[in-house]
Amino acid sequence: MTGSTTAELIPFIVYFGGVILLVLTMLGLSFVLGQRRTNKATNTPYESGVVAVGTSQIRLSVEFYLIAIIFVIFDLETVFIFAWAIAFFELGWQGYFAILVFIAMLGVALVYAWRCGTLEWGVKTRVGLEAKDN
Amino acid sequence: MSETTATIIFALVVLLGAVSAAAVLTWFERRLLGIWQDRYGPNRLGPLGIFQVLADMLKLLTKHDWVPPFSDRVVFVFAPTALVVAMMMGFAVVPFSETLYIIDIDIGLLFFLGMTSLAVYAVLLGGLASNNKYALLGGLRSAAQMVSYEVFMGLSLMGVVMLTGSFSLQAIVLAQVDGWYCFSQILGLYVFLIAGIAESHRLPFDLPEAEHELTAGFHTEYSGMKFAMFMLGEYLGLILISCMITTLFFGGWLGPDWLPGLFWFSLKTFFFICFFILLRAAIPRPRYDQLMSLGWKVLLPITLLNLVITGALALSLQGAS
Repeated sequence: MTGSTTAELIPFIVYFGGVILLVLTMLGLSFVLGQRRTNKATNTPYESGVVAVGTSQIRLSVEFYLIAIIFVIFDLETVFIFAWAIAFFELGWQGYFAILVFIAMLGVALVYAWRCGTLEWGVKTRVGLEAKDN
Repeated sequence: MSETTATIIFALVVLLGAVSAAAVLTWFERRLLGIWQDRYGPNRLGPLGIFQVLADMLKLLTKHDWVPPFSDRVVFVFAPTALVVAMMMGFAVVPFSETLYIIDIDIGLLFFLGMTSLAVYAVLLGGLASNNKYALLGGLRSAAQMVSYEVFMGLSLMGVVMLTGSFSLQAIVLAQVDGWYCFSQILGLYVFLIAGIAESHRLPFDLPEAEHELTAGFHTEYSGMKFAMFMLGEYLGLILISCMITTLFFGGWLGPDWLPGLFWFSLKTFFFICFFILLRAAIPRPRYDQLMSLGWKVLLPITLLNLVITGALALSLQGAS
């Protein structure tokens, strides 16, 4: 609760150092103790026993890109809610109604993404267009 | 100065304690799953089979420390390291009792959220660096799942922050003297519980590792100690999420006076660890698209609704009193 003075930071720094040391020990020990054996197929990528075909730099579904984009938008917006939550009682009703408008806008964005089919996986149809075409 | 020394010693105790707890948990989980599935689980080595942990560790240490020649070597080694470091650092802000904590910073909760977010990098980089199709697909899925659930994992905790008026975890615990937040923040607890499992990609949300289609997902090419570090990270994540649920919603170390706070904290945390293992035994895995739509279409609206309701209720109750 108090401000972080240097003395309070010391245990944290020691802890961080300890964690790094632990991880390095684990990697180092396994490097030293591990057996080394090489068979014909050791250095080939695993693909369920089939010889790997082509590169692994394959084309990706566009869904992952869309999810990444809405994540950036929504995560940025949550930061504003974080800032409101910490001063919630000080801001009172005025702050509450302000954030209500903000959350409503967030909701509109979510509904828009939903209707565009961003949140669907697999075959995409735009909800509005589909009925017109039939 | 002696107080600082005591805290430093405690920090090292937490370090060893967390790693040992995660190691013992691998045995404990298999035993518990065995009981629930009407079989024994590992029971050969030592009393109740507890030395299985040591045997597993020795076996993993003597495995070939193999870095695939077709992989991006530096990133390949870095990824599991980053996961363990991020999860371990999360324990730094957990208040184990009134006096036992490594550091109590004003932004403790944000620090925890930041550290769990870093796990995304470990998983995605592990998948990309492996240069294997299964690993790439698993890493991508995993990253999409974790970022999706991260959005409302933070938001679900804002109800707690609103009522406390602080991000400091010690302050949040002390604010629960009059009543645990698990009652007033039941929706927040519900969302955080699910998001916590998805964030540490445990069963039933272990789609990235879905062994029925991607063999092992992002850690397909990992073996030996580096594989063990991914597993260690996962179990540390499980313990960390249990610690945070205890701290944020179930009064942390608060409890009757006749036993120390550390005892109550451990008891509650242990209960949630068992609960997560039971969840693994009881619930089947959803499909990946179901998982994603559950997150964005159900849990995110619930979280926003929780904020609106909590805000209105808290302000009117404050005005009434």
